[in-house]
Amino acid sequence: MIQLDGICKTFRVARRKSGFSQAAKALVKRTHEEIHALDNISFSVNDGEMVGYIGPNGAGKSTTIKIMCGVLTPDSGACVIDGRTPWKDRIAHVQHIGVVFGQRSQLWWDVPVCDSFDLIRDIYRVDNAAYKRNLDELTELLNLSEILQTPTRTLSLGQRMRCEMAASLLHNPSMLFLDEPTIGLDAVSKIAVRQFIKRLNRERGTTVILTTHDMQDIEALTERILLIGKGRILLDGSLEQLKTRASAQKTLVIAYAGDAPALSRGMALAESREGRMVITLDPAVCPVSDAIARIAAQTEVTDVSVAGISAEEMVAALYQEYEI
Amino acid sequence: MKAYVSVFRLRFINSLQYRAAALAGIVTQFAWGFMELLAFSAFYRVNPAAFPMTFQQTVNYIWLQQAFLAMFMMWYFDFEIFGAITSGSIAYEMVRPLNLYGRWFSQSAGTRMAKCLLRCPLVLAVALVIPGPLRMSLPPSAGQFALFVLSAALALGVVVSFSMLIYISAFFTLSPAGVRVITAAAVDFLAGGVVPLPFFPDKLRAVAELLPFASMQNMPLRIYSGNIAGTAALEGIALQAFWLAVLMVLGRLWMRRALKKVVVQGG
Repeated sequence: MIQLDGICKTFRVARRKSGFSQAAKALVKRTHEEIHALDNISFSVNDGEMVGYIGPNGAGKSTTIKIMCGVLTPDSGACVIDGRTPWKDRIAHVQHIGVVFGQRSQLWWDVPVCDSFDLIRDIYRVDNAAYKRNLDELTELLNLSEILQTPTRTLSLGQRMRCEMAASLLHNPSMLFLDEPTIGLDAVSKIAVRQFIKRLNRERGTTVILTTHDMQDIEALTERILLIGKGRILLDGSLEQLKTRASAQKTLVIAYAGDAPALSRGMALAESREGRMVITLDPAVCPVSDAIARIAAQTEVTDVSVAGISAEEMVAALYQEYEI
Repeated sequence: MKAYVSVFRLRFINSLQYRAAALAGIVTQFAWGFMELLAFSAFYRVNPAAFPMTFQQTVNYIWLQQAFLAMFMMWYFDFEIFGAITSGSIAYEMVRPLNLYGRWFSQSAGTRMAKCLLRCPLVLAVALVIPGPLRMSLPPSAGQFALFVLSAALALGVVVSFSMLIYISAFFTLSPAGVRVITAAAVDFLAGGVVPLPFFPDKLRAVAELLPFASMQNMPLRIYSGNIAGTAALEGIALQAFWLAVLMVLGRLWMRRALKKVVVQGG
């Protein structure tokens, strides 16, 4: 159980304009600016939930994650995770969580991956039998058998990220924080990582909180989304709810043989080519079934697909709506 | 405790990977040791009575200094620790159920000992067999050797706990370069890295011998050949223990303050 209540965090950042004279001036007098990275953040997450934490760059996602991991101390507010305050009981707290910072590495650069894993085992005081069972399972799930004996520096990014993932789970944490786990990965690695996270959540009941800019991650993984912008939580709901909220519009793609059908009220032509039409539809004016029936009555429809807006479009619409 | 031992062990394994560096280090240490000894022997030839240490003691001091260079030198730093602070990978260090001071302490001690272990056997072996006046002698007694071992362990502790203060300063200065260069030069001199402390002018020597820096290489290297023996050696070892305790307490307090206001650089 994760509970955040009124968390605020301010950073002091030095600012100056470019150029020599400005740099010389900054030698004598610095101008600082207070950045409100987090401004009264409150939410709670139940055990076994999988939550996507999204927002533009600089919105405060990573800062929130770091506070929940006990790395940063907030200026004010309360955060209780399984009965502990992360930054006060840091050592007890981190024993039960796993963290992946997608942009950093926790593996030792010059030694084989398995040496790093052994160290992590000792740091978390995992007993040998449990460690072995866990490692075998992770090796199989993440397909690590061939890379465990390789020094970290020679791994590709995708291989390394799979190892990072395993490294964060060796102590079987009940909670996993993922800060951009798929950044820079190719399609195959992304899918592997996603499937793995899903399985972990389903089979071990691990609570997962992940931040990402990849909307396919969100679509593939999370039921619930938290949208943060300018340090505030703007929305908290399911992906479907947010999509409907952002736009109820549907996109209808029709392939036909014969004459182009005429459009009726509630339909707008987005794209048209010989034998293919893309129509945006407002289901409040013209329900999807009516639209298909009307078009089918006029021409021979060979293929049809209906889609709501993509998560990508939804997020773009939300960012625009909230001006973040 | 096991965790800290593992950090130590991994660091050790890690350092064993660099064979070429060890070989280059050994060559440098021989060259440096011989050069220093030749200069000293020229001085001693003029008037052996004018010096506070016998020539044999000086020879032992310099060979041991070269053999244990990696263990006692203040100008050697673990750049992974500076890197963790300045680049922000400290975020990963902080999600481990470890006391960060203890973790970095064992890491630096591990690196120093591994480096030393790769380099010292050859230097010692050669120094103990070369013919002529430049040969290193065995310690005068087993008891004296035991005192040397104890003092060397404490010296390593003092060196590491002092460098911990330099590492922690990186939380506040962002760039560790300035502090590092200044301490490296000043501490190396005051610890007897350039010339042994007995060669200092009397007043400077009286002060220098009480400073924590004298609890670094100065003490074990002089105990080895009996320049400091008996009660003086025990007093010296007590002073080392005192400085080790003071530096560790200071470091832990300062670390706690630093972590409260830590900022993770680079997002």
